[in-house]
Amino acid sequence: MNLKSILAAGALALGTAGFAAADGHEPTKVGFIYVGPIGDLGWTYEHHQGLLAVEEAYGDKVETMYQETVPEGADAERAITQMALQGADLIFTTSFGYMDPTINVAAKFPDVKFEHATGYKRADNVSTYSARFYEGRAVIGHIAGKMTKTNKIGYIASFPIPEVVRGINSAYIHAKKANPDVEFSVVWVYTWFDPGKEGDAAQALIDQGADVIMQHTDSTAPQAVAKEAGIYSFGQASDMAAFAPAPRISSIIDDWAPYYVARVGAVMDGTWESTDTWDGIGPGMVEIGEISDVVPAEVKAEALALKAALADGSYHAFTGPINKQDGSVWLAEGETAADFGDDGLAGMNFYVEGLTGDVPN
Amino acid sequence: MDFSNINPAILLASLMIAATPILLAAVGELVVEKAGVLNLGVEGMMVVGAVCGYIFAINTGSPLLGFVGAAVGGALLSLIFAALTQYLMTNQVATGLGLTLFGLGLSALLGTEYLQLRPPSTAGLRLSFLGDDLGRLDVMVIFALVLVAAVWAFLKFTRAGLILRAVGESHDAAHALGYKVIHVRVAAIAFGGACAGLGGAYLSLMRVSQWTEGMTAGAGWIALAIVVFGSWKPVWVLVGAYLFGGVTVLQLNLQVAGLAVPVEYLSMSPYLITILVLVIMSSGRGRAALNAPAALGRSFHASG
Repeated sequence: MNLKSILAAGALALGTAGFAAADGHEPTKVGFIYVGPIGDLGWTYEHHQGLLAVEEAYGDKVETMYQETVPEGADAERAITQMALQGADLIFTTSFGYMDPTINVAAKFPDVKFEHATGYKRADNVSTYSARFYEGRAVIGHIAGKMTKTNKIGYIASFPIPEVVRGINSAYIHAKKANPDVEFSVVWVYTWFDPGKEGDAAQALIDQGADVIMQHTDSTAPQAVAKEAGIYSFGQASDMAAFAPAPRISSIIDDWAPYYVARVGAVMDGTWESTDTWDGIGPGMVEIGEISDVVPAEVKAEALALKAALADGSYHAFTGPINKQDGSVWLAEGETAADFGDDGLAGMNFYVEGLTGDVPN
Repeated sequence: MDFSNINPAILLASLMIAATPILLAAVGELVVEKAGVLNLGVEGMMVVGAVCGYIFAINTGSPLLGFVGAAVGGALLSLIFAALTQYLMTNQVATGLGLTLFGLGLSALLGTEYLQLRPPSTAGLRLSFLGDDLGRLDVMVIFALVLVAAVWAFLKFTRAGLILRAVGESHDAAHALGYKVIHVRVAAIAFGGACAGLGGAYLSLMRVSQWTEGMTAGAGWIALAIVVFGSWKPVWVLVGAYLFGGVTVLQLNLQVAGLAVPVEYLSMSPYLITILVLVIMSSGRGRAALNAPAALGRSFHASG
């Protein structure tokens, strides 16, 4: 009985969705699945800015819906299914952990389009998209290397997935270039959003001598701790400008709005196809927030030059010679890292030479 | 690996700070459950306390008044639960879960204007006379400890505490003796709400010192678990909260120091060790395992 009524509701929803497309007057329904609250002022906040941009661009022709704080894992499948049943034409699932749930739900709803952020599994109705955050990490890594006095940089990492590992490696390589004495302490907190724990991690790093903090988690808690301690930090995912000019001396900003507007447009005019998008500083998907005046002018100039070189493609953030942590050669002199394949960036699961500790499995 | 950077005094202070929000919420929930009510809305009351404390502190400029506001906010929210479960006889589990969802939404709404604001300085509440290391402790940490002692003494030695426990063990018997079961339970629920509110405000005003939506991130559920594992005894709830907070902070510090143990194990250690220790402690005492209030979660109606 229960299953029947669910199926009936599903059929009805699909039916209406079909009518909507045929009619041409019904708005296109776009859904977003968020891993944190839209008020995190970080990762989810920026995705929500993308949703607002879609509304702004298409007005009445689009209807948006979103669900916040959806846990990664089995419950995500329920939330995505629910959204598909509500008649969404396009669903953005905005965290790595939604990869398998998205693929599973997409198989059941062949007429609904899905877009999964930061993953690597695609299907006919599932696109993937991500940003080359590691380009941004290179720039702020350089600034961090120049700004540390204790030569100890603290790094708050979330989950051991390729995106996070790439960020650590890129930041370390460029901090080391800027300051050969620099050391990294990486703390894994196994959460994207837990202000209490993120703050505790920042405090532990500071207590043990770190005077610059980088984070790959979504809340501004580490910024608040850094402010209290009088050290430096960088905005993550969003500008976190409330903490400028210090502790936040610059930031990596994710700008999803143009991509979301374009993809919703593609669904509207029927040109949507399953694609893989991976854009960096050049196309503007990754931005560097204003470098505050606390940073000396020459360091700022170097950072901006590095940003420009990454943007026009004249420099790749992973350019050899670079060895892996065990000393074996990863990239020879002048060689740049490939996106895919063995040892490619997409599946990166190793530290580069000089980092201590192991990448958790 | 370099442990010389870990300062034991700083570590102690950090663990007490990390444990305080959970401890406050857990000791409040303990009183609620001792009165025979299961309120699963701790997470919701905490997060509402966090935002109320923040709003009061910013508007009055006083973090202390912020804590008062948080206690009031948490208690008011819990009174919704009290009205529904005690007078309208709704199911406590469902109502408690609903309260958490409601609290998360309500706090996000209340807090929209306050996302980017800074709270007033809490330097005045810090115990700076203890020196640089322990000086980062604050009066609320001490208040939480005093509260645990007070709850313990109240339940064990006072007549009112005896009545509260009687209501939780057998509401029919308590009713037959002429005690106002519903009144006692509503008072206990409000106390629990106030404590959860304080715990939330400790997070937004002291430990993180900012307001972020959903910032409790599951602390309320940990508090609920600690009440059960602490077998409804204030002292074991204290042990459980400090153990959980302590191991959380310790594992982060060990990671920074570069301990050669896989991070996965360090990361799950707070949960594992807390469960393990509390299970061992409650199993060794025979009766403690059966220490749950007999009328826990059951609705009371005078005619029935």
